Amino acid sequence: MTVDTQQVQAPGPPAPDSLPSGNDAEATGRGGRRSGGRSWRPSSVIDQSGSVTMLSLGGVVMFLSLIVLIPLAAVVWRSSEQGLGYFWQAIRTPDAWAALKLTIAASLVVALVNLVMGTLIAWVLIRDDFPGKRVVDALIDLPFALPTIVAGLVLLGIYGPESPIGINLAYSRAGVVAALLFVTLPFVVRTVQPVLLELDAEMEEAAASLGAGRWLTFRRIILPNLLPAVLSGTALAFTRSMAEFGSTVLISGNLPFQTQVASVQIFGQIESDNITGAAAVSTVLLAVALVALVTLDLVQRWGRRIND
Amino acid sequence: MGIDVRNVNKAFGSTPVLRDVSVDVTAGSLTALLGPSGGGKSTLLRVIAGLEKPDTGTVVISGVDATRLAPQRRNVGFVFQHYAAFKHMTVFDNVAFGLQVRKRSKSEIRARVGELLELVHLEAFATRYPAQLSGGQRQRMALARALAVEPQVLLLDEPFGALDAQVRKELRAWLRRLHDEVHVTTVFVTHDQEEAIEVADNIVVLADGEVRQAGTPAEVYDQPVNPFVMRFLGPVTNIGDRLVRPHDLELSRDAEPGSSAAEVTRVLRLGFEVRVEMRLDNHDAWAQITRRAADRLSLRPGDTVYVRPNAEARTLAADAA
Amino acid sequence: MTKHILRSAALLYLLMLLVLPLAFIAYRTFEAGLGTFWASLTSPSALHAFRVTIIVAFWAVLLNTIFGVATALLLVRHTFIGKRGLNALIDLPLAVSPVVVGLALILVYGRFTPVGGWLDAVGIQIIFSIPGMVLATVFVSLPLVVRSVVPVLEELGDEQEQAARTLGAGRSATFRRITLPGIRAALGYGIVLCLARALGEYGAVAVVSGRLVDQTQTITLFVEERFQNFDQPAAFAASTALGLLAVATLLITKLIAPKVRSS
Repeated sequence: MTVDTQQVQAPGPPAPDSLPSGNDAEATGRGGRRSGGRSWRPSSVIDQSGSVTMLSLGGVVMFLSLIVLIPLAAVVWRSSEQGLGYFWQAIRTPDAWAALKLTIAASLVVALVNLVMGTLIAWVLIRDDFPGKRVVDALIDLPFALPTIVAGLVLLGIYGPESPIGINLAYSRAGVVAALLFVTLPFVVRTVQPVLLELDAEMEEAAASLGAGRWLTFRRIILPNLLPAVLSGTALAFTRSMAEFGSTVLISGNLPFQTQVASVQIFGQIESDNITGAAAVSTVLLAVALVALVTLDLVQRWGRRIND
Repeated sequence: MGIDVRNVNKAFGSTPVLRDVSVDVTAGSLTALLGPSGGGKSTLLRVIAGLEKPDTGTVVISGVDATRLAPQRRNVGFVFQHYAAFKHMTVFDNVAFGLQVRKRSKSEIRARVGELLELVHLEAFATRYPAQLSGGQRQRMALARALAVEPQVLLLDEPFGALDAQVRKELRAWLRRLHDEVHVTTVFVTHDQEEAIEVADNIVVLADGEVRQAGTPAEVYDQPVNPFVMRFLGPVTNIGDRLVRPHDLELSRDAEPGSSAAEVTRVLRLGFEVRVEMRLDNHDAWAQITRRAADRLSLRPGDTVYVRPNAEARTLAADAA
Repeated sequence: MTKHILRSAALLYLLMLLVLPLAFIAYRTFEAGLGTFWASLTSPSALHAFRVTIIVAFWAVLLNTIFGVATALLLVRHTFIGKRGLNALIDLPLAVSPVVVGLALILVYGRFTPVGGWLDAVGIQIIFSIPGMVLATVFVSLPLVVRSVVPVLEELGDEQEQAARTLGAGRSATFRRITLPGIRAALGYGIVLCLARALGEYGAVAVVSGRLVDQTQTITLFVEERFQNFDQPAAFAASTALGLLAVATLLITKLIAPKVRSS
């Protein structure tokens, strides 16, 4: 969790760093990096009773299996139960295929917008100062805390048929993108902020003394050091977009072939009892999530390498 | 290539950090800004570099008024205490940076960087990253980087502060040799008086934002103008209400004109010198004498001894401002 | 100059995306007056939905807290084969779409599966019932407690625990009197996050519950159902209630967070 980030302000709810920090705990076991500066190893005094460890481990693994692993495996199993051919067919049905294409395209757009705007917002929050900045900073976490269906309703309110400012995004892909942008807002901002904060100001001063102007300094000194964090956040935003359900349900109108995202399509399939079809598209989503997670892990390792 | 700082004032918020500071740095010299932490030396250096703007006053570099110039336009090289290495670039790219900014040709850059890496003995590390270098190597890289663009002035902010004592001594001597070769007007900040005396042509003593004295190492050490400078530059002891250097004292068994009586409390043999601790006028004092002198006197704790500054010694009234 | 452009761009984006939508909903909700707001939230269906939500959230948070602390202890204080795997798996739920979560649980615990069938025979219904909703909520909020506690456990080090053991304290006494107080703030933080997530879950619960009004309807499901049935006041009221809850959660986490770092 974000508990160990170096943010000045309190970190927010389900933070993007919950994925990154996965590796911190892993490193610890080998006496790896800790902010305490001491390399820590499990002591043999505590670990004497291996039986308690085993019991605990067994319990934890069982819990994890019953709730997460076995059910997910069941999805993959069910999708391939009738053979790869059927799997492929299930994905290639017109509405499933359209939904997948839309979801991937929208997620890419959302990821890119977040890459730019998220970095920009993080920059303004760290480098700039204006009255109300702290409030704005706190607001960033709201999409994390707000239920997705509420987010969808909220956006539909102002950008729907009864929009007070005349912008109607209902039943449109733009509406889907808007919903996704809303829920992914905090990701890039929150991963970039701590890095920006820690950035060695003297590097920028050195660049200035060597003749580099502000834009050059940003391009060649700041950005390369921010890149791992920016990419991490973007990968998280992409992953979340792919999986998003609740916020798109209302504003998109769920028009098949037009505004129906993959998760909604799966939902429809479940309701119509086409379980295998649902499982097939689900498996595709899981596969994409897996790739995103692996990429994220690689980016973070790269980031750690640079920063040491 | 000289630097002329006139009447610079700078405050951070309501705290004044530089008070009416004027400093004259001769072209081609190696000058130390010496003083205790928080005394304003780093701020003054950064004002010269353009990394801070003075509230009032002027900075003239090589005859050009640089007071309002951005650091990019001053052509000063700056070396930071913690190296400020571009950690995402190789050593080569670090050193080449300034040249790339000035859009020099690739071959020119390669030649110049090669030259500089040789100068600082880092030729073998060109493709390494700063993280793979030791502190001393990183600082040498930082120096090469600053020198690459042929600055008019080289500024170093406690350049050896983050290094071990041994490395510090080596680099100190190396900086002096480098300066003798390259002759760039150099100013460096330090709180270590030994370092300043060893390396610099001129020392400017700064404390509480004010210049306390400026002069050659010999001048500030042997002819301090106030007790602060005297205490900061070397050991000081109080004999008869005057401050004098312990090694400038004469001790004898008999009363001499101008000497004070003292009771010996301890005699410490430290290598080839002897430290005689005494008590006089209700305070402690000490003298540093040679072994031969000590043997001749054969002092023991409890003995009475007569102390006076020797004829050429510079003394200051103890309560002088 | 650039500074102002950047600032304006950022604030404009946030205004359009975040501030206006939220302000508008609050406005619409209270436009009809506090009376209507309160009435919508206290209708029998709404109250039932609140009750269901609280029950589900309670059990989910409880289970995840126990799991979270146990897992955190395992990851930080012990070594075993497959530790890296366990670590990676903990984060898995964050990447899975809520609908897929629901589907996954149906496939294993639905009435027509071996497991589900057997449970049904002994009278335990998982899918389309509270237990299933609890499982779904546990799934989606799984990493939260673990990830909050792990860094603090690492930071604390095990010296105090070792000292306790040398003084004769058994495992559970050591845990109760040394470890637990040490991770109190972080645990609180994780629990609040977990609770917020549990209260706000929609997709997974939508699939698994069958969305049976007045039976398996949580507040989030209530919002959607009311909206689809053109009962905007009720939908907006419930949304605002959830929104206020979200804000409260944020405030609480910001209050606890500094204590987490200093413990």
